[in-house]
Amino acid sequence: MTTSWTEEPLPHNTYEDPTHRPPLVTGGHTNHSITERVCSIVENPPTKAWYVAFAISFSVLGLLGLMIGYLVITGTGVWGVNNPVGWGYAIINFVFWVGIGHAGTLISAILFLCRQKWRTGINRAAEAMTIFAVICAGTFPGIHVGRAWFAYWMFPLPNQMEMWPNFRSPLLWDVFAVSTYFTISLLFWYMGMIPDLATLRDRAKHPLRRFAYGLLSIGWSGSNRQWHVYERAYLILAALATPLVLSVHSVVSFDFAVAQLPGWHTTILPPYFVAGAIFSGFAMVVTLLVPCRHYFNLKDIITMRHLENMNKVIMLTGMIVGYAYATEFFIAWYGGNKTETFAFINRAFGPYGWSYWIMVSCNVISPQIFWFKKARTNLVIMFIVSIFVNIGMWFERFVIVISSLANDFLPSSWGYYRPTMIDVGTFVGSFGLFFTLFLLFCRFLPFIAMAEVKATMSEQRHAAHRDGHDGTGAPAHGSDQSAKPAGAAV
Amino acid sequence: MHAPATQPRAQVKEAGVLAEFDTDEAIMEAATKVRDAGFTRWDCHTPFPVHGLDGAMGIRQTILPWLVLGAGLTGVCAACLMQWWMNAVDYQFVVSGKPMWSLPANVPIMFEVMVLFSGLTAFGAMFALNGLPLWYKPQFRSERFRRVTDDKFFVWVDARDPKYGEATAFLSGLGSNHVETVKEVIE
Repeated sequence: MTTSWTEEPLPHNTYEDPTHRPPLVTGGHTNHSITERVCSIVENPPTKAWYVAFAISFSVLGLLGLMIGYLVITGTGVWGVNNPVGWGYAIINFVFWVGIGHAGTLISAILFLCRQKWRTGINRAAEAMTIFAVICAGTFPGIHVGRAWFAYWMFPLPNQMEMWPNFRSPLLWDVFAVSTYFTISLLFWYMGMIPDLATLRDRAKHPLRRFAYGLLSIGWSGSNRQWHVYERAYLILAALATPLVLSVHSVVSFDFAVAQLPGWHTTILPPYFVAGAIFSGFAMVVTLLVPCRHYFNLKDIITMRHLENMNKVIMLTGMIVGYAYATEFFIAWYGGNKTETFAFINRAFGPYGWSYWIMVSCNVISPQIFWFKKARTNLVIMFIVSIFVNIGMWFERFVIVISSLANDFLPSSWGYYRPTMIDVGTFVGSFGLFFTLFLLFCRFLPFIAMAEVKATMSEQRHAAHRDGHDGTGAPAHGSDQSAKPAGAAV
Repeated sequence: MHAPATQPRAQVKEAGVLAEFDTDEAIMEAATKVRDAGFTRWDCHTPFPVHGLDGAMGIRQTILPWLVLGAGLTGVCAACLMQWWMNAVDYQFVVSGKPMWSLPANVPIMFEVMVLFSGLTAFGAMFALNGLPLWYKPQFRSERFRRVTDDKFFVWVDARDPKYGEATAFLSGLGSNHVETVKEVIE
């Protein structure tokens, strides 16, 4: 284990050599040492750092509870929303958190379909992040309805008033999209975890642990007849999650695009929202994994190559987002609609101009540093950029929601939105919810998809044997096929 | 209480044979031979899905994708019917002069419900077709079998296999580093 999170064992596996496939697991691991390393996170007593982090997160979660309690008792008047800005922090935070979730599904489903083997090191944690981000997101519409005890009216349930929800409203599409997304993500996550839960069950010493992991792993025995069905089901869930993830943020963007408001009523919103979601989600994955891989001693499994790949995705999606910002301006001018033109000039130079330029500098400018390999493989730089992107993407939603509502068609109905401390407290509190869940996940569930990492190691070993080398650039092991030295090579 | 002492309460009988292997290559070879020898009630247990083992074992394609297709189509139709009945028949109301029933506005929910039904079915069918959850298997009685979720590979021949009598000798000849008979206690 290196002494500080900023240090990295050298040489990296980030080279591009067409004759040698770079190893995805470094450090001479065997199947058994992977198991040992990953299970030790759960089996060893938690570190002091974990307790401190958990105490802070749990306190912040308490803040969320207080804020929601106060809101429910008092009413939405405690928020800064009013005419003309009837949508404030709640919707911004909702879109922010749902967007973050998208990276987990991208990593687990889309990269799976694309046979991107590097996903195996990070998919479990990224999927966990998805689930927790969607939980945070789901909180906001629930409390945003004002009378939270009527939140179930969003669902088409038979009732004594003989009323049904309005299926022509994008807000209802959102209910279906987000609840489907949460359900499928949860199933995908749990199903992927079953073999690894069985590993924890088979290693458990305490009867309570054996019972709990035994219950969750549903009697998994690694039977190949079961693996066969399991792999089919996993592939199909990935194939379903792929269009689903694209649909979810498209539907979220319909909340805006289907309205008539200048700045919202544009056809570019769905693709632009999806790219932004993946952008912000990857940034959050980097934010979480850079410290986690250090504290859980996982630098051999979540290698520099994984981080570099994620940084490349961040740079690409950051440029898509930047291109979308430019296109919006171009179309606002080219479309010749006066209110539309005004809406965009007002975004950049109006009363909320400051937030626009925070957004541009964080989202468009800061990832440009990833053109340089030195920056892409520097832990401090990538951590800072990922924080910038998180901030920038929150402000993107702020800009879209607030600037359009505050200054619409009639100057006589303009206003200036200011959040209250309750708004801010609820937003900060949602981070408490997120980090509390994430820390519990680190503590009790397998952080790395062990079975998938082992399968990838085996495939890389076989591929290397076919090509006559071991994948690391070191001399080949010849015909020796025993797991240990060959496993060590990848 | 008054059970006669001569009648044993528990019966011990053989449940099957486990042969342990160290690598995925070894189990692949072993599986091919077990299949060719004509065993029928047997299985391989591996820590991760071994590429090509399905073929080596001669496993037939699962019907799971067809179940998912059926569920997906059901989802589309159910969502379409639900929206039509709820908004165009049972509780009609005009929203911005839009028609009571028009397909485009209803497509997003049809898509989402299709995905929801398909996903739940893929998940449920994985459980059902695999007979899960099933917390007991005779294999779990073996101490060595605990490493199947770590780094060991096993071939299991069930005692109900018609050729079970030859199993132990046959598996020992496959280069396994440990062959063990698993006994089950029937009460």
